[in-house]
Amino acid sequence: MIELNVQTIAFLVFALFILGGGLGVVTTRNLIHATLYLILSLFGVAGFFVLLSAPFLAAVQVLVYIGAIAILIIFAVMLTRSMTQLRQVYNHQWTASAVVSGLLFALLVVGVILPVWGINGAQAVETVSEVVADTVDLGKALVDRNQYVLPFEVASLLLTAAMIGAIVIARDDE
Amino acid sequence: MAVLNEWAFIGVFFAVAWVFPVLPILGARILAPHKPNPLKQSTYECGVETVGDTWVQFKVQYYIYGLVFLVFDVEIVLLFPWALAYNQLDLFAFGAGFLFIFLLADALIYAWRKGALEWL
Amino acid sequence: MEDVCSINNLVRCLLDGGMDAGLANFITLLLGVVLVAALPLVTVIFLIWVERKVAARVQDRIGPNRVGPFGLLQSVADALKLLTKEDITPMGADKFIYNLAPIIAFASIVLIWAVIPFTPLHIGADLSIGILYFMAVGSIATVKVMVAGWSSNNKYALLGAFRTIAQLLSYEVPLVLALIVPVMLAGTMSMQAMTVAQQGMWFIFMAPVAAVIFFIANLAEVGRAPFDLLEAESEIIAGYNIEYSGFKFGMFMAGEFMHAFTVCVLMAVIFLGGWSGPFVHEVPLLGFVYLGLKTAFVYIIMLVLRSTVPRVRIDQLMAFNWKFLVPISIVNLLLTAFLLYIVRALGLAPAPNQATDFVANLPQTIVLFVGNLALVGVIVSMIRSQGRRQRLADEARLAESETEEPALPAGVPAGD
Repeated sequence: MIELNVQTIAFLVFALFILGGGLGVVTTRNLIHATLYLILSLFGVAGFFVLLSAPFLAAVQVLVYIGAIAILIIFAVMLTRSMTQLRQVYNHQWTASAVVSGLLFALLVVGVILPVWGINGAQAVETVSEVVADTVDLGKALVDRNQYVLPFEVASLLLTAAMIGAIVIARDDE
Repeated sequence: MAVLNEWAFIGVFFAVAWVFPVLPILGARILAPHKPNPLKQSTYECGVETVGDTWVQFKVQYYIYGLVFLVFDVEIVLLFPWALAYNQLDLFAFGAGFLFIFLLADALIYAWRKGALEWL
Repeated sequence: MEDVCSINNLVRCLLDGGMDAGLANFITLLLGVVLVAALPLVTVIFLIWVERKVAARVQDRIGPNRVGPFGLLQSVADALKLLTKEDITPMGADKFIYNLAPIIAFASIVLIWAVIPFTPLHIGADLSIGILYFMAVGSIATVKVMVAGWSSNNKYALLGAFRTIAQLLSYEVPLVLALIVPVMLAGTMSMQAMTVAQQGMWFIFMAPVAAVIFFIANLAEVGRAPFDLLEAESEIIAGYNIEYSGFKFGMFMAGEFMHAFTVCVLMAVIFLGGWSGPFVHEVPLLGFVYLGLKTAFVYIIMLVLRSTVPRVRIDQLMAFNWKFLVPISIVNLLLTAFLLYIVRALGLAPAPNQATDFVANLPQTIVLFVGNLALVGVIVSMIRSQGRRQRLADEARLAESETEEPALPAGVPAGD
């Protein structure tokens, strides 16, 4: 039985944010509304990170996803004139994508969630480890030659490449 | 648990903060007069009749700014843990951080040279 | 420690009174939240008066002086008047979102106050990521602008919102880059620990360039002169909030004032040592006074700037950010990292147990300060050579145009 404490309530509230926001994204007719629902959903994810004792990721989630990516999506919506007058939501791709996401969900439940966190799963009784790595550990691990220094530098390179590609594509028409 | 207590404060803060602006707005709804008419409610465009849709198409420059910002934002955020652990790092880690910042500067120089930073 | 029931030991007091532990904790929590959240609300009323008085003095006027002593109650009167003003919702507005925007605008600023350390003992929540929390909450500002501009169903509002967002996004880059420097110096992101780290030496002496960048970028983030072209009250009246009226408009305005003040508080906390000062550990409430004085100092600078500098154009605004502030922030970050490493390698850094000692901090402060001065020198000389080149090019162009066209007859004023 799930214990009803503050964390559980917070978890339920954030889960409601995520699911409600996600549902709003796919059902609304208005693209700006969809983006706002997305922001709600992303905010819920940030709450999850806090509950998982990863406050750094929570801040990054808000800073990058809500502060930058959501705004970028709105910019993109505003760039495409015809998209804003979209009235038809239920097109023929709707059923196909519903089936695909349903299958993906089933796959995740059967393939990942039940074997690991299910009743007979690997972590069914195991509690969360008491040793929680903080952001300083993350900082050390990111530039440690035995750990993640290569992904760290590659991430920087990748971001630079992404920006170069975006500039090339965006300025193509001029 | 002590850490989560701090976050409980933030949680309650998020729940309470919006009450402060809502209360006066609701108060204004009671106190203020409410006599709408079409002219009053028309879109304010300096007295000129509104032409066409509000949905004007925006130029691509905004999107490029947004994108350059996004790239910088993600890179800077990755630098925070490095800066946080800075006092405990060795020369190798120091160089790794430098290389990362150089790549960031690289992106800026590219955007600059390509004219992506010009306001057109 | 004390027998008196105060906010410091409220939990124990309530427990002694025979209350349930969970309930006692919750009541204390709620009381703390309301106290911390009410603080900016009370201050903002006073701030508007201060701002109007300072602006008036700079412009050789008297400023508000009718309502109450020294006109102190002017803002209260304004607020009451706003309450009775009709609230007009424009046709075609997206009602729910339209009403949501001023609420977000105001609440997002109040949220920042949760992590500000007022005294060694009093802080809303001492998060381990305090500085990133400030950045994250601050980035909600872009959402509020977008929402307000879009839902008004007004082309001007939408255009203003887009320009505002371009400005907010752009200036966030140097802002965060400048914030990495104090994080590096203090080795922490918690606001309280950052203040403690500055007890020996304020960070403004160790990282003056970062402090100035932080201040300038924040001026742009809060839309203060010279970066206030988005509402430019003397030219275009307002930007994204043009369709708002009554108290909703008041919420935008109050939020803006509060934001300006809040970044001054943060400037004081991050670079000016926050509550630290003499005797603060004996009498914690003194920290509140010190923080207030430091904040007032920064705030007055901001107000005087507001009433003295002209407004920049948007292309200048963008060029100043991306071609000046951002490169300098990156160079400054590299320089500080390099100097800190040298300091550590030479053994000039204070020992961990002496971190709050003034003398122990002196060697590394001198190294960092001189490094920053050198950077400023390089920047200034680069600006000078750039300016000279620009001037020569302008003169050459002028001379060329003069040979092509006959000079204007005398008496006719030369125009562009």
